[in-house]
Amino acid sequence: MSIIVIIGAGPAGIRAAETISRAGLVPILIDEAPRAGGQGYRTPASGISIDTHKLMGSQYKKYQQLHHDFLSIVSSIDYRPETLVWAIENNTLFTLSHNTIATIQFDCLIVASGATDRVYPMPGWTLPGVFTLGGMQLSLKDQGCAIGKKIVLFGSSPLLPLVALQYKNLGVEIPAICDTTGLAGKISALPSMVFSPGTFLRGVSYLASLTLSRTPLFFGVKPLSIEGDHRVRGIRFLTGSGQEKWIECDGVGLGYGLKPETQIADLAGAVFEPDEDLGLWLPRMDQDGRAGNNLYLAGDGAAIGGADAAEASGKLAALAALSSLGIYCDTKKQTRLQNKVKRLRAFQRGLAHAFAPPQQFAETLPDETVICRCEAIHAGTIRKALILSHTPPEMNRVKAITRCGMGRCQGRMCAPALQAIIMHHTNQSLSQTGRLRGQAPIKPIPLSAAGETAP
Amino acid sequence: MDKQALLHRVVPRQGSIVQFTFDGETLEGYSGETILTAILCERAVLRQLEFSTEMRAGFCLMAACQDCWVWTRDGLRLRACSTPLSHGLDLLSTPPIMSEA
Amino acid sequence: MTRSTETIIIGGGLVGVWAAYFLARRGRKVLLLEKGFIGAQSSGVNFGNLRLQGRHPDQYPLSLRSQGIWEQLPDLIGDSCDYDRTGHLYCAFDSDEAEKLAAYAAVSRSHDLQIENLDRVSIKQRFPYIGKKVIAATFSARDAVANPRLATPATARAAQAYGAVMIENCEVTQIEASDKGFEVHTQHGETWSCLYVINSAGAWAANIAKQFGEDVPAFAAGPPQFVTEPVPYRIAPSIQTIDGSVIARQIPRGNVILAGYPRTASDLAANRAPVPPRKTVAGMAALSEVIPSLRSCHVIRVWSGIEAYLPDMIPIIGPSETTPGLFHAFGFCGHGYQIGPGVGICLSEWICDGQTPTPLEAFGIGRYRTTIAVSEKFKSEFDAGGANA
Repeated sequence: MSIIVIIGAGPAGIRAAETISRAGLVPILIDEAPRAGGQGYRTPASGISIDTHKLMGSQYKKYQQLHHDFLSIVSSIDYRPETLVWAIENNTLFTLSHNTIATIQFDCLIVASGATDRVYPMPGWTLPGVFTLGGMQLSLKDQGCAIGKKIVLFGSSPLLPLVALQYKNLGVEIPAICDTTGLAGKISALPSMVFSPGTFLRGVSYLASLTLSRTPLFFGVKPLSIEGDHRVRGIRFLTGSGQEKWIECDGVGLGYGLKPETQIADLAGAVFEPDEDLGLWLPRMDQDGRAGNNLYLAGDGAAIGGADAAEASGKLAALAALSSLGIYCDTKKQTRLQNKVKRLRAFQRGLAHAFAPPQQFAETLPDETVICRCEAIHAGTIRKALILSHTPPEMNRVKAITRCGMGRCQGRMCAPALQAIIMHHTNQSLSQTGRLRGQAPIKPIPLSAAGETAP
Repeated sequence: MDKQALLHRVVPRQGSIVQFTFDGETLEGYSGETILTAILCERAVLRQLEFSTEMRAGFCLMAACQDCWVWTRDGLRLRACSTPLSHGLDLLSTPPIMSEA
Repeated sequence: MTRSTETIIIGGGLVGVWAAYFLARRGRKVLLLEKGFIGAQSSGVNFGNLRLQGRHPDQYPLSLRSQGIWEQLPDLIGDSCDYDRTGHLYCAFDSDEAEKLAAYAAVSRSHDLQIENLDRVSIKQRFPYIGKKVIAATFSARDAVANPRLATPATARAAQAYGAVMIENCEVTQIEASDKGFEVHTQHGETWSCLYVINSAGAWAANIAKQFGEDVPAFAAGPPQFVTEPVPYRIAPSIQTIDGSVIARQIPRGNVILAGYPRTASDLAANRAPVPPRKTVAGMAALSEVIPSLRSCHVIRVWSGIEAYLPDMIPIIGPSETTPGLFHAFGFCGHGYQIGPGVGICLSEWICDGQTPTPLEAFGIGRYRTTIAVSEKFKSEFDAGGANA
C-alpha cells in the first residue's frame, strides 16, 4: 500500500488529506501546530471566546466548512499534530514531536507548508511592540489579544485595511494606516483584479469603511523610523507629498505581503527559479503542483494564492498523486481545479504588483539598521562586505562573510532584505544574486531530542 | 525594565487562571494562552538579545522568526509563541546560571 | 591570445592563496585560477581547528612552522580572522583511549609542545562542563582556532595587495607540459603560459595529477557538522574525543560547532556535501554526553564539505615525479586547515629556491607507486564499507 504523506494541516493539506481519504487510502497528515487550520483559518485557543463569525466576516462560512470537513475525516486519516519535519533524506522524513526524534517513510509527499510575512526592515523595527501583520492577526484570532492600544499599520499589503477593521471592531485605536505603495501602482493592477472580483470588491469596501470611520490613510509613504526606549513609542515617516509625519503609538504592524515557506520543498529536492517579477525564488512545479519525483506542492507554501487557491491546489496535488499511483482520477475535475488555481494565483500576482514591497528602500536604509534580527547584523556591515568583494557577490557568499542569515530563523526574516540590498548595491538581478541554500534542520531542534530516538 | 504590557486582552476568556514566574516575579495568565501572550499581557519584554542590550518581544507569532525563545530556570528552552502556558513555569528572559554536568 | 606568467596556481583554497601570498611577497609573478569562488569549498566550511595535538608524527615540523604563521596573521595579512589561542582538550572515554592520549602526548612533547595530563579530578576542576564519560584528557595550550569563512578570502586579498592576480569562476580545462613550461587553458577560451604549476585543487586535484600520469586513490568525503544557537560563552578550549565522535568548540558569540566521525561521502560531480540526518542525530547524542549542560541547546544548521582523502590519511605535498615544474598539494584528509599556510610557504620556497628547509619527504606523491598501507585512522573514521557508505 503506497504511503502518502502530507506536510501541513492548513486548507491545502486538509483538502489533500480529504481527497486521499475519499479514494480509500489513509494519508499521514503531519502538522507542526496543535490544531489544524494553518494560519488563515486558525481556530482560537481553547477557552478564548472570540466571535470568529464577526472576525472572519464573509470568510466565516468557508472557515466553518473546512473545520467541519476536517473533523469528519480525522478518524480515518493518520493525523500527527505537534510534529515538526526537520530533515528529509531520499524517501524518509525526520520528525521531532514531544522532544522525540522519529522517521517516517513515504512513497509520495505533498508539501503544504504555508507562508509567512515578507519582511522589510526599517530603523527601530526590532523594538518590542513591532509585529508582522500576520502576527498581529494571529494575536487576535488565536489569543484574543491586540498588539497594543494604539496601533499603526505600515507596509504594502492589501490586508492592511482588513486587519485595521478587525482591530477597530474590537475597540482598538488605529491612528493611521500607512501604505508604501502609491495609488498609481494600484490602478495599473486593476486589470488583474478581474480574476477575483469578489475579493477585489471586499478590499474596496474595507477601504470605504475605514474612510467613513475617519482612519487616516496615507499612500506612497516612505518609512523613516520606529522609535522608543525598549518599546514602541511612535513611528516617523514621509507622506506621499514628502512631509515628515510623527504618529504616537504603542504598537506597529508591519505588512509587506507574504512569501511561501519553501524549506521543506527545498530539502525534498524541488528546483527553484527566480521570479524577477515578484522578487522571490520559487519552486518549479507543473499545473498540478508536481515538483519532482513523487513530490507535490500545494497552497501558499507553493505559490501565494490565498485560501481558496490553497483548498483547490490541495485537492489538485492529491489527485495528481493518486493518478501517479494508478488510481483513476476525474480529469474534468482536475482541469476545473487547475483553472481555478491559475486564476486565483494570477489575482494574487496582480495584488503583489499593486502592493509591491518597497525593495528600492534597500538603497536608502541607514547603515545602522538591523537587517538580520537573529545575529544583529546591520545594513552597513553588509554594504562593507559588498565593497570588499572583487567579483559579483551572491547570497551565500555574503551570508558567509557577514553572518546575515546564520541565526535561528535561518534567513526567513532577513533574506528578502539581504537580497534587495545586494541587488541594488551591485546592480544585479534576482537571478544573478542567487538564493540562500537550504539546510536541515528547518527549525531549531534540541540536543536532548537525540537522546530519545524512537525506533 | 518597562512593566507596561505590550498585549491587551480584547475578548473574554473562560479558561482558569494559571500562575507562573517570569524573571522571579509571579504573574498570572489564562489556560489556553501561550507563554508569549501571558508574559506580554504583563510586560514589554520576552528576552534580551545575546549580542547587545536590545530587548525582544517576539515578532511573527507563528513560529517562523525564532525571536521569542525564553529560558526556564532549570535551563530548558521554550519558544514562547508556540508553547502553551502551564502552571508553575519558572521563566527567564536571560540565560540561567547553569549548574555543571 | 596567450598570456604568460611565472607560476599558475590551480585552486583558490587556503593552500593556493597562501602559496600565492608567499610568491607575490617575494616579488614573483603569480596567477591563481579558481573554478568557483575563492575559499568556498573545504577551506571555507571546515571546523576551524588549528590543532597541534594528535597529528601524524612526520607532520610536526610543517605543522609548527604553519602555526607560527597563524600566530602572526595580523602582521602578515592585516586580519586576525578571529584567531584565538583556545588550547585543545583531547578526551578519552576508557583506558585504551587513555593509552592513545599518552602516545600522542609523547610525540607532541618530542617536538617541544607543552602537554598537560589531566585525570577525572583535574578535568572537573579545570573544565567543569565536561561530562563524567571523559575519564582522562590532555591539554595543549598552543593549539588555536581561526574562522575558516574569513581566512582564505583575507589571505587572498593580502596576496593581491602584493601583486598576485586571481581569477574566480575560471575553470582550468587543459594543461599541456613541454620543456619550455606549461600551457594552461581555461573554460573561457584563454591560454596562459608559465614555468610552474601548483596543483592545489582540493578534491579535484587528483584528476589533474592523473593527467600527468600520477594516479592516486583519492576520494571525496567530509565530516558532518552542525552549529547550535548561541548560548552563554563558557567553553574556552577546542574539545575532541579520541574516538572522533565529538570535535566541538564554542565561539565567543556563543554558538557551539560540532564535527564528528564517521565521515560522510560527498558528491564531487554535483558539488554537494549532503549530511545524512542520522549523523546529525548521532552528533547531537555524542555532544550531550561530553558536555551535558548543552542538552537543551538547539541545533540550527548542518553542513559538510568536500575534502579529498587518501587511504593512508596523509596528504600529498611536493614536486611531481613525472613533470618538472609541477607541484602537488592536495589530499589533506580533513586536516589541511592548520598546515595550509605552512604548505604555502614551502611551495613558494620550492619555486624560488629549489628546495624547502621543512622536511616533507613523507608526503611525496611517489609513495603511490608502491602499495600503500591503509591507515587505522581510515578504518575508524569512515563508515564501515569505506567512504561510499
